[in-house]
Order: sequence, then C-alpha cells, then structure tokens
Amino acid sequence: MSAEARSYLPEGLPRPGPAIDGLGAEFWEAAKRHELVVQQCRACDGFQWGPEWICYQCHSYDLTYTRVSGRGIIYSWERVWHPVHPALQEATPYIVVLVELPDAGNVRMAGNLLGDRRQDVVIGAEVEVVFEDKGEGDEAYTLVQWRVVE
Amino acid sequence: MTEDATMRGKTAIVGIGETTYYKRGQSPDPEVKLVLDAIQLAAEDAGIDVRDIDGFAAYANDRNDPPRLSTALGTRDLTFSNMVWGGGGGGGSGAVANAVAAVVAGYSKYVVVYRGLAQGQFGRFGQGADIPVAPGAMAFTAPYGLLSPAQSFAMRIRRFMHEHGAEQSALRAISMATYRHAQSNPRAVMYGRELTEEMYDNSRMIVEPFHLFDCCQENDGAAALIVTSAERAKDMQQKPAWVLSAAQGSDYRQAATAHNSPDYASSNFKTLAPRLYAMAGVGPEDVDVLQSYENFTGGVLMSIVEHGFCEPEEVNDFFTLENFSAPDGRLPLNTSGGNLAECYMHGLELVHEAVRQVRGESTCQVPDVNVSMVTSGPMVQPVSDLILAADRGVDA
Repeated sequence: MSAEARSYLPEGLPRPGPAIDGLGAEFWEAAKRHELVVQQCRACDGFQWGPEWICYQCHSYDLTYTRVSGRGIIYSWERVWHPVHPALQEATPYIVVLVELPDAGNVRMAGNLLGDRRQDVVIGAEVEVVFEDKGEGDEAYTLVQWRVVE
Repeated sequence: MTEDATMRGKTAIVGIGETTYYKRGQSPDPEVKLVLDAIQLAAEDAGIDVRDIDGFAAYANDRNDPPRLSTALGTRDLTFSNMVWGGGGGGGSGAVANAVAAVVAGYSKYVVVYRGLAQGQFGRFGQGADIPVAPGAMAFTAPYGLLSPAQSFAMRIRRFMHEHGAEQSALRAISMATYRHAQSNPRAVMYGRELTEEMYDNSRMIVEPFHLFDCCQENDGAAALIVTSAERAKDMQQKPAWVLSAAQGSDYRQAATAHNSPDYASSNFKTLAPRLYAMAGVGPEDVDVLQSYENFTGGVLMSIVEHGFCEPEEVNDFFTLENFSAPDGRLPLNTSGGNLAECYMHGLELVHEAVRQVRGESTCQVPDVNVSMVTSGPMVQPVSDLILAADRGVDA
C-alpha cells in the first residue's frame, strides 16, 4: 500500500480536537471507532452540525450523537493548487468536498475526496465515508474522508 | 420607518486619511504608527484639531485599541470606544454605522473610523495556522487542508456557480475592472501593473475556481475617516459625503460551523440589502457608483446579485468589463482598484473611494455622482453596507 493510499494528505497539518469546553469530543471518539455520528436533539429529533450546546430548532439542551449511514451527496467541492501550510508543499493539487447527509437532516461535512486528485468532481454524486487513521499513541486520530460510490 | 428612527442625512463623512499603501512586509513603520498617521491625515483633511476627535470605531479585532490611540494623540475625551464583532472585512461599513449612531445619539462630536494592518509585522491572512491541534469548529476543516479564506470561500462560490450557471468570465470581469481602475490611481499598489484577459486566463490557480487575480492582496497600511453631525458638516472645509444609510446584518444561521449555513450559496446580504435601501430611500437603480468588497471576486459576484443589480441567472451577461468600467459603464465598480489592485486595507479604502466619488475627486471619477455605495465583507458574519450621497436628501 502506498503512503498516499494510507493518508491522503501528509502528516503535519493540525490534528482535530474538541473545543476548549469539550464540545465535539464524542464525534472524534466515534471516528476512532470508525463510526460516523451527528448531533441530534432528544426532544425534537432534529439534527444539527457542527455541534452546539443547544438545539437551534427547539432550544433543548438534551442533545446526543446518533450514528448515521455514512452515505452522502457531494454538495460543493474545490481543488486546491496553492499550498498555504508547510505540510502541503508537495501535496497539491488535492480535493476538498462538502458532503450533504440525507439521513441526518441534510447536514454537511467537509473532507477530502479520495482517489485521483485530478478527477472530475460532480455535484450531486453519491459518496461514502472512509475512515482514515492517522498519528500514533496519544496523538492518534481518525479523519472522516469520502470516496465516490461506483 | 419614522423620521426619528432613521439616520438618513443626519451625519456626514467629512475627512479621509490614508498612509502610503505597501505590499505585505514593506512598511517601514509599525502598525500602530500607521494608524496614528492615518488618523492625523483624516483630521487634517477635515480641518479639525486631532485632539477634538472623541470617538473611535473599528472592526475585525483591530489590534490598536481606542484607549491607546486617544492617549497617544492626547484627545480631550473618549466618549465612544467601539468595535464591530466578527472577522474579515464585514465590519467596514458597520464601523461607519456605529460612528453615525454615536453622533446621532449625542455621545460624540467627531468619531474616527479606522483600520490598520501590518501583515508583515503580525502574520498573513492567506496562510493556514501552523498549530498542532485544530480545536472546535476548526477541527472540521483544517485537518483536510481547508485552511485559508480562499479555500473557505471557494466552496460557496462553486455552489453558486453550479446553481445559477455562472461562468469564469463573470469572475474575470470583476478582476479586470479593478485592475483597469488601478492604472489611473498612483496610490494603488498595482499601479502600472496592467491585467489583460490572457494574463488572467494563464495565471496560476490558487483554488478552483479562483485564479491568482481573483484573490485580494496582502498589504501593510492604515486608513481613517471622520464622521460628524450634519450641523457641523455644513460648515467644514470638505464637501460632505452625507450618510443616507449604514447598517450591518447576517442572514439566518449564516455562521453555522463546518459550512452548514442553510442558505450556503450566499454572500450574506439578503436580509441587510432591503433594510439598507429602505433607510436610504433609494434603490439599486439610483446607485451611480459601487465599491464592493473583494476578498475574492466570487464574493463580489454574489454581493452584486443580492443588492438587486441583476438577477442570478443574468450574471454572465451583466458581468462584463465594459459594464463595470468608469466613467460610463452601467455600474462602475471599485474605481480605485479596491482590495484586489489598490490595497487590501480590509475594505476601508473602499469607503474612502466612495467619499472621493461624492466629492468629485476620484482618479476614475464618474460624472455627476449623487449616490455612492459600499458593500463590506461578503460571506462573513456580520456583513455591512453604506450609502453615501452628495445630496443630503432631507430638509436642512
């Protein structure tokens, strides 16, 4: 397996963490278990993303994280050519997609579109989640990536 | 809206000042000195003693706070120490709106609106943060190489172009108009740097759909302007640029993290634009000249649509170099060169240019300007707008 197949972007970019008040920790813990979760309100069943301490729809504080299918639709995309971080000097071009999740109230998540970096990207195409394990030891984490469903 | 509840015609911009505009890292002076310089130049332009400035209004977390500035300048009182929350250039016109509010409320006599930036001294907006951990909302973007403003906004523009069939030529027209206007403006950093269609098409890609020339510069400099009451403005040395309306706004949940704002393909002016026009008592058909904040050309594309200058489906026809060129295009745009080609003074230089158009002093003057408009900070939260006029529009 090539290095690129294991890790779409090189090591050295910031690794993800929860907010200073802990918000979002459950999402990254679930990703390590290779589960995709989205914040959901126990009172009104509404989904929201990114996470917040309150449900924007009914103002309940009773929120949980619900596992979803990991199937989504490409909502928008971009191909990056100019590196803006030292870790990306040799990594361009790369593709970032914004994926809509129909089974989670159409919330959106950003991630890389795995595969050919020069592929044509089609808004509306179906994608599925790929969990990318990175880092080691205390600094291990998992990114939520996407690939086109053939 | 009752007459009492509007700011229309109650204040004017009576002085403007700017330092030399530099490429990033080339200012010989530290940022705070640039700001002090710009404020003194604005006071001089207005014909007032700088010590008579009693209010300070800024935005974008300007590092140079009013207590320090007023102390350094020896102003006699500090009646208004004010900041528009939110990043980017969204507070440019909002800071003017706050200055107007302070004058109308009777807090202040002369409020200076200012912005200083030394990206050489303090770090660049165009680079991603080199930090070990991206916390909170940043965690959902930075680890995927979604780091810079260009990368963040390209995603919105791509969606807009997809929904409305907008083409690259629309973005190119914006860039070419700003560069064309900068060729008449000796203050512009890109003065003497003409941009042709071929140069645009062949320029390197930053992030699709943005070429190099779709992106603002990174600069050092400072700008300041003085707002005062109608009563004072009438007897001052400069022709007043009357404030017909100035306001900030942000559409429903536009700051949702991880790119989740419900109306995503938007510059965020849809709630503000109608309020702005209603307060001013004018519509888009009355606007003689427009300064529209360009973080990236795509932001201007959506701003112009959301302010009612054309329909989303008309952009490929409306967005042409001819339409945007002074003096006689349909909508002369960014007539000093703006953030792309004059200087990225976080959009405050656009307000200065709007004032010059009212005074008749632009290097790309549009004939007989009455209504001169500024849109500040597309795609950020909040955004803001300003409508200036040569005619006060109310009975004195």
